[in-house]
Amino acid sequence: MMHSGAKRSLIIAIVAAVLLTPLLEWIAHTHSTKYFNTYYLGIGIDIAINVILAVSLNLINGHTGQFSLGHAGFMAVGGYTAAKLTLALQSHTLLWINPILFGGSLLLGGLMAALVGFAVGVPSLRLRGDYLAIVTLGFGEIIRVVFQTTEFFGAATGLPGIPNWTNFGWGWSLAAITVFVVACIVNSTYGRGFIAVHDDEVAASAMGINPVRYKVTAFVTGAFFAGIAGGLFAHHKRFLSPTSFDFMKSIDIVVMVILGGMGRTPGVIAAAVILTVMPEVLRGFAEYRMIIYSLLIIGLMMLRPQGLFAIGKRTVKT
Amino acid sequence: MEWFFQQLINGLALGAIYALIALGYTMVYGVLRFINFAHSDVLMLGAFAAYFVTPAIWKIFPAQSITGALLITLVTALLCAGMGILIELLAYRPLRKRPKLTVLITAIGVSLFIEFTCQHKAVFGSKTRPFPQLLPMHDFHIGNLLVNSNDIVVLGVTVVLLVALWFIVQKTKIGTAMRAVSFNMQAASLMGINVNRIVSFTFGLGSALAGIAGILYSMKAPGIEPLMGIQPGLRAFIAAVLGGIGNLPGAALGGIVIGIVETYAGGIAGVSNYRDGIAFAMLIGILIFRPAGLLGKTTIEKV
Repeated sequence: MMHSGAKRSLIIAIVAAVLLTPLLEWIAHTHSTKYFNTYYLGIGIDIAINVILAVSLNLINGHTGQFSLGHAGFMAVGGYTAAKLTLALQSHTLLWINPILFGGSLLLGGLMAALVGFAVGVPSLRLRGDYLAIVTLGFGEIIRVVFQTTEFFGAATGLPGIPNWTNFGWGWSLAAITVFVVACIVNSTYGRGFIAVHDDEVAASAMGINPVRYKVTAFVTGAFFAGIAGGLFAHHKRFLSPTSFDFMKSIDIVVMVILGGMGRTPGVIAAAVILTVMPEVLRGFAEYRMIIYSLLIIGLMMLRPQGLFAIGKRTVKT
Repeated sequence: MEWFFQQLINGLALGAIYALIALGYTMVYGVLRFINFAHSDVLMLGAFAAYFVTPAIWKIFPAQSITGALLITLVTALLCAGMGILIELLAYRPLRKRPKLTVLITAIGVSLFIEFTCQHKAVFGSKTRPFPQLLPMHDFHIGNLLVNSNDIVVLGVTVVLLVALWFIVQKTKIGTAMRAVSFNMQAASLMGINVNRIVSFTFGLGSALAGIAGILYSMKAPGIEPLMGIQPGLRAFIAAVLGGIGNLPGAALGGIVIGIVETYAGGIAGVSNYRDGIAFAMLIGILIFRPAGLLGKTTIEKV
């Protein structure tokens, strides 16, 4: 059940994020120290984006149990759509209009990603397990190839000059909304269907649940939030290149979900934070970073496949 | 018309390499029912093994001699077979009874581990190295067609290996055991087949083919680097699914089809940009319309 306090927590989180933003930015600009500066503020936004990605993928991979390897593709769709809309409509004179435009861009990016998610999901979600993983990987690659060859989206050279509109408040407000929406869906009566599909598809369909419909719903919702994260990413990095959305990006998000424990939102959030901060901490060992990362995946699968932070009442079904 | 035949020759040579790699995917899938993502990295290791073995062998045999090339191929195949067996032993065997998804993620982890370890400057480094020319190269002109000796070597080696593989799988005792394990692992072990040994053998055989494919691929590629396996590996995997995963003739057919389609697509202006996406589009098409693959049998899922 969704507690009535959840909505209040959401509002508090959004207000806190929005109010903290000017304070943090002011401190970062005027009292820049070794421990807190604009660079760290940027990482704070990176964390928020990754939380959105991981929590939305968790709805597909964790709660519904469908292994998708193409989340970066939806992120790309959202990012490019939002960036294109912003670049086309941004105003240099009426500055008050820009935040509204930004919100609209993000929303359109999310909707486009959801649309692509629907187009991808309907045919591919008939497949299971490793087939589904490969098909989503394939779709992710196809999306990347399309952006890489379309002149309109800057082709292989990328899309520069996107305004720097993503700030701490936008990032964390949207992260809070994502967590809230996913929690609401999963904890609702309707959401039990996702978990039923995850646990046993055949039994679920015998109980009158249409597995394909639930899977597609999870997929489209996940894609929508990935698209929003893409929009935030575009306005944070100010430059989009097809290589930002390759197979490795999808793997990164999948690892966050696995590390946090499939279907466990708090764990997944913790994993997203850790895996975003870890590369910055290990910057001195950059050469070994990816080796450690891959060993982490293997070790985790061997010793603790349910995830590092998998604590809670739901037991993992093997 | 000329263009058509020229592309056909190029496509066949490329497809033959994909077919060799696809056989490894399909054999492992047949026995263990999971996608060995690290297979494409064995291909890369094969290319590097040949790269380092070649100077040593050329000290004994004259450079670019056929004996030398055969010996290099043999050593590479053995090294790769060992590598494949080692990967299975360390990474996959402890997970044999776990859910398939766990094994799949582990396989991705193993693949990333090999790639990033090899990219480290203490191992191979990430820059591209030129691959030694194992055999003298000639161009043959048949009418207006240009046939490179490398293409003939690739096709010849592939045909020989396919026949050898067919012989091993169909006519030998260990091949029969392989088929039994892939049919029903539990029943096979009840019949006294040492399943672990058969799985190791399957990995060894598949990896040896991948290693040889690595040499053939490098002969045509501009150079070798630690990430070279990814693209042919993905294509070959798609080929395996296209032909019906678990089905050996299917994998060979799928490889040839992918190679030919891709070469034709690469030769058409406008489509060539999308070359990387074409194999995936074929994969999605086949999985939607004929999920069992071209030669695969539809299996009924029992509840």
